Amino acid sequence: MCGIIGVIDRTMSRMDGSHIKRALSLMDERGSGEGAGYVAYGIYPDYADCYAIHVFFDNLLEPKTKVDAILKQWGRIVHQEEIPTYEQPGLKKEHIPWRYFFKPYADLMVGTTNPDDDNVTHLVMKINSDVEGALVFSSGKNLGVFKASGWPEDVANFYRIEDYEGYIWLAHNRYPTNTSGWWGGAHPFNLLDWSVVHNGEITSYGTNRRYVEGHGYQCTMLTDTEVVAYLFDLLGRKHGLPSEMVVEALAPPFWDEIDEMPEKKEEFMRALRLTYGPALMNGPFAIVVATKDGIVGFTDRIKLRPLIVGENGSKLYISSEEAAIRTMDPDVETIYMPRAGEPVIGRVVE
Amino acid sequence: MSLGSVPLKYKISIDRDQCMKCMRCVDNCSYGVYRVEDDKILIDSRKCTACHRCISMCPRDAINLQERPVDYRSHPLWTVEAREDVINQARTGKIILAGMGNAVDYPIIFDRLVLDACQVTNPSIDPLREPMELRTYIGKKPSKLEFTKNNGDIDLKTKLSPNLKLDTPLMIGHMSYGAISLNAQLSLAKAVAKTGTFMGTGEGGMHEAIYPYQDHTIVQIASGRFGVDIDYLERGAAIEIKVGQGAKPGIGGHLPGEKVCADVSCTRMIPLGSDAISPAPHHDIYSIEDLAQLVRSLKEATNWEKPVFVKIAAVHNVAAIAAGIARSSADAVVIDGFKGGTGAAPKVFRDNVGIPIEAAIAAVDQKLNDQGIRNEVSIIASGGIRNSGDLAKSIALGADAVYIGTASLIALGCRVCGNCYRGLCPWGIATQKPELVNRIDSDVGAENVANLIHAWTLELSELMGAAGLNSIESLRGNRERLRGYMLDQGLLDVLKIESVGA
Repeated sequence: MCGIIGVIDRTMSRMDGSHIKRALSLMDERGSGEGAGYVAYGIYPDYADCYAIHVFFDNLLEPKTKVDAILKQWGRIVHQEEIPTYEQPGLKKEHIPWRYFFKPYADLMVGTTNPDDDNVTHLVMKINSDVEGALVFSSGKNLGVFKASGWPEDVANFYRIEDYEGYIWLAHNRYPTNTSGWWGGAHPFNLLDWSVVHNGEITSYGTNRRYVEGHGYQCTMLTDTEVVAYLFDLLGRKHGLPSEMVVEALAPPFWDEIDEMPEKKEEFMRALRLTYGPALMNGPFAIVVATKDGIVGFTDRIKLRPLIVGENGSKLYISSEEAAIRTMDPDVETIYMPRAGEPVIGRVVE
Repeated sequence: MSLGSVPLKYKISIDRDQCMKCMRCVDNCSYGVYRVEDDKILIDSRKCTACHRCISMCPRDAINLQERPVDYRSHPLWTVEAREDVINQARTGKIILAGMGNAVDYPIIFDRLVLDACQVTNPSIDPLREPMELRTYIGKKPSKLEFTKNNGDIDLKTKLSPNLKLDTPLMIGHMSYGAISLNAQLSLAKAVAKTGTFMGTGEGGMHEAIYPYQDHTIVQIASGRFGVDIDYLERGAAIEIKVGQGAKPGIGGHLPGEKVCADVSCTRMIPLGSDAISPAPHHDIYSIEDLAQLVRSLKEATNWEKPVFVKIAAVHNVAAIAAGIARSSADAVVIDGFKGGTGAAPKVFRDNVGIPIEAAIAAVDQKLNDQGIRNEVSIIASGGIRNSGDLAKSIALGADAVYIGTASLIALGCRVCGNCYRGLCPWGIATQKPELVNRIDSDVGAENVANLIHAWTLELSELMGAAGLNSIESLRGNRERLRGYMLDQGLLDVLKIESVGA
């Protein structure tokens, strides 16, 4: 059990974090006060062309020295600072959240068509598996994850997320089972542009994990959700599948349905399932994934977790609870429940 | 000096009060245990193989079988078998032959693996109410999908290689006509056609009685090339190159001339009554590139329309060999573990050479995954798979599908007596004697084998549902859902699983 909510303004007009804080806090019933988090897109316009690398440091000595050294080897640190935080009675500051605005050296990566992204992916994997006391939890451009162990309102106040303005927000209220409420285990999970909030348990985790590990990713967060971010990165970015197709690969129609499809569609779906069988996600889940271009929400193939969609003008909401959407936007015009596995997509319009 | 006789292996006795002298035991025993003198059934227990044919046919349950009624002095090192093998070889000076699988008491890894089920945090799925997908495609898969978009219309650029479509991840392994009888093979063929899966022909050609089911067969090419011609290749749904066999890695095969009757000789394309000897290596495969060439030649000969599998015995270096095979045009690697059955193998090979299938699956799956090519080629596992639990565990360790052999024969009556190589199988399976072969009605046999496949399929669905999985892809290689029970750390590391409780 967990609570999720996501919103996009398709005209890219930016919203501050106060509304989503209220919406997420409404779903405290779905959490346990051990983890909450937010991600917002469009919050760093001054550094829009830099990778915003958010790191949890246990201290600013050895871990930070090591991370500084790695980053300087692989690129240029344009700016860095501690992420401003504000003490909360209900929240113990266990790590020091830090942010770097980073430009990788493209020529250091060979054998790739996307050297910048691959460079940063490599650094994230390297720091998270090699540097003790440092955890990169956000690495995209012009976006940032803010998360910690605590109730949604405490985490929001700790980071003062109302001070950030983004055109996409995702938020998550955690009821941990797999790992205790450590900060790294809170959602959203992020890699480059991809951010994921997830309610559920991925019973195919072992299979999915082996698949992404076979393609150069390392799972270091001790929880099943990070694999979703890597699957989206692999299928969406590296293999170039559009979001709908990624969702079709992760939560495909059943064979019985595919068999009934027109020939061309049948062949395509069969090819998709054969190629991406190990990426198929099983178990109960509702997931919202964001990139700079939009958000996509979907559930498992038999919809074992709730997901509800609301729309109001240029805004699209996806959440576990209708009440959360209505709290965020009392004037919401349409509310509907997508079918199992059906992707709900909100894209920015230029 | 004579070595004398060894104690009886089995002692047969008849409860004379129960016996109604129907003579079924006399008629059914092909080993000559029973004979009738003066209206009395006499017993020669020394000939008994414990095949249970007489016991199963006795209408009065009057026959009793005792194993080792007179035993040797017990000794932990000089076991009965060790002593008898020495006596046997002192007498004959020959290699000891044995049938069925490895009979040494090695630990069975399957029995030290436990599966997972859902509780609270994720709901289990009821296969009676929800879809449960076991459909499995065996063959090459693309590493990524290529397509073009034309006005929102998506055109697939990737061309899919031909794959076998299995309704359940369970096939019947290669047992040749010759090694087993035509009625036994026909039963298996009818069963796989009924259940939407496939069977191997073995290295023995294809008898015309199997033609109606040829779309459900995988034709085998082994080192003797028996029965191979273009017609044979074209009939199969897939082609398998057999390099090795789990029961006897590194050596060839030998079908004794007594089993080469007229029909077998025609099907194998060899002279009547001649021994069919398959050499140890393929004499055109002396390296991995030779194998790749043969794979390509077979594909070329069949218009690239059929998947080609390569079967190897699970030996120490199985993972690297499989990675080499995966790099050829081969569609699937078949790994046969050291508990795999056989009609006849030198006992020293059967019992001592090779590694267990559980470790082999894990090692091959891991190696291919490390190289990023796991999903591009299928893994078929065989060798000692006894039930749906073993099947589920094989898939969770990384297999796409399994072959069963012995289990399918047990469904036809086999009681695992291990005397297949003698050609006297009273169940009509491992024999070519018409009076014995006729004991199998292939329709009834097919029904039994199909029942077995169906039952395992149902059980697999239930196991998956309990684990919260509704498609077989999500069980494949999902080692998170396995735990090792009383396995040592070395083996846990090889299997890449955690201990129970972890």
